[in-house]
Amino acid sequence: MKSKKQVTERLVHGVFLLLGLITVGCVLLITVYLILSGLPAIREIGLFDFLFGKTWKSTAEEPSFGILPFILSSVYSTAGALLLGVPIGFFTAVYLAKLAPPAVKSFVSSAVSLLAGIPSVVYGLVGMLVLVPAIRKLFDVPDGASLLAAIVVLAIMILPSIIKVSITALDAVPKDYEDASLALGATPVETYFRVSVPAAKSGIAAAVVLGVGRAIGEAMAVMMVSGNAPNMPSLFESVRFLTTAVASEMSYSSGLQRQALFSIALVLFLFIMLINATLNFFLKRSKEK
Amino acid sequence: MMKMTKKLLALAFTAMMAAAVSTGCSDKEAQTVSTDGSTSMEAVIGALGEAFEADNSDVTFTYNPTGSGTGIQAVSEGRCDIGLSSRSLTDEEKASGLTETVLAYDGIAIVVNPENSVTGLTLQQLADIYTGKITNWSEVGGADGEIVLIGREAGSGTRDGFESITDTKDACQYRQQLTSTGDVITTVASNPNAIGYASLSAVKDSVKALPIDGVSPSETTVKDGSYVVQRPFVLVTKTDEKLSDAAQKFFDFATSADAVELIAGAGVVAAK
Repeated sequence: MKSKKQVTERLVHGVFLLLGLITVGCVLLITVYLILSGLPAIREIGLFDFLFGKTWKSTAEEPSFGILPFILSSVYSTAGALLLGVPIGFFTAVYLAKLAPPAVKSFVSSAVSLLAGIPSVVYGLVGMLVLVPAIRKLFDVPDGASLLAAIVVLAIMILPSIIKVSITALDAVPKDYEDASLALGATPVETYFRVSVPAAKSGIAAAVVLGVGRAIGEAMAVMMVSGNAPNMPSLFESVRFLTTAVASEMSYSSGLQRQALFSIALVLFLFIMLINATLNFFLKRSKEK
Repeated sequence: MMKMTKKLLALAFTAMMAAAVSTGCSDKEAQTVSTDGSTSMEAVIGALGEAFEADNSDVTFTYNPTGSGTGIQAVSEGRCDIGLSSRSLTDEEKASGLTETVLAYDGIAIVVNPENSVTGLTLQQLADIYTGKITNWSEVGGADGEIVLIGREAGSGTRDGFESITDTKDACQYRQQLTSTGDVITTVASNPNAIGYASLSAVKDSVKALPIDGVSPSETTVKDGSYVVQRPFVLVTKTDEKLSDAAQKFFDFATSADAVELIAGAGVVAAK
């Protein structure tokens, strides 16, 4: 009787292990594939010319494959999106977690969830039809498809992850901390910003890094509002990102051009790995303190 | 416990490999029709090949997107049955024993915003606009406004066609490089200073198609050659060598009246 139970127990363990390994297997498969298909072009073009070349002309008679414009555009757009999105997201989270009356909280929370559920192509569509013409008229530039349009779209897209993860972190702060602070005569707002927020800072940092990951990895929405010309980044110029560089040329690409697109994907992948490593580093450090 | 997991893993990998192998091999017994050439003709030839294969299940149809020059070379060396070219053959190529059969015409419309007051351009003006020599609409008879150049991504057949007809290869100063015809139309429709190019069949009322050298683009003007922003899609065969039965069958099908609708569906004007 007991042994039969043990067998079932082991079987279940085995199944779970296998399911867990599927994820690991996928990650390994993608990593190995990206490295294998991304390296040949880098070797042919030269790492320095590839990463720091300023011109991308993949189908010209004498093609050049420099992805510095893509790297910088991706970094700038992410930084810009954080600049706009983090303050809004952070204060919204503090308000919802600590100050908002329950009815408002539930209403705003469901709106935020809805924002998270909107497919990126819809963000792109609205951006293309509303935001791009608006930027053109507002700033009196010849064309509104620009880095700025991408930054605004990304800022909105990263709001839900920042707000939701921050709320979870703020909700997890023990009530005792706040009670103690209030008992010592601090006002509620002082308590939230001096006690609750510092106590939840690792979670809030995680929220921001999650936003970075989403912003740098987004392709569809920014492709529709950024114009896709491989220029060096400038706020009102049309730009191309690491993601959109791969997406826009993949369908008709061939030869070295195609291999170079895989190399761009590899660079993007390394960026994401770096972001994850940074996240882990900060989370660990704040836990040790 | 570990042993069992290992076995299961091995089993899973074997299954994956088997699946990979089985999709990779093709039936060598069947007859084949091989085509080689222009990447711009992918949509047309894909549609024709698919329909042809559906009707002739024993024939395998292949298309190798290499480029017009390579395709012409391939057919003259006998490496494929039918070469595909998105330009007419030169006299030299014809003299070397090749025959061209025009399958379709690819008309490219030059579109601007309906608010734009420009009533037409010459081919030279069009090239100057795209290479950045003309930057303001007032230089070509329109209202004052910086011209916004909309184009397609590198590798696109429409872009290749446009740049080769206007002789602006690798010289276009695009403000936006969009990935679909629909995007080009939408963008031009929303910016009064934009100009773009798109397959003739995709042009809608939301944009204005400009006459070039005084001729408006339409199926008729594309077919009779008076509208200049167009190029032929050509089937290239050897003049004095008979096609294989299967290849001849495909050739007849592609040039028959049945194929007209398929060709139109791919966004070009059938020659028939």
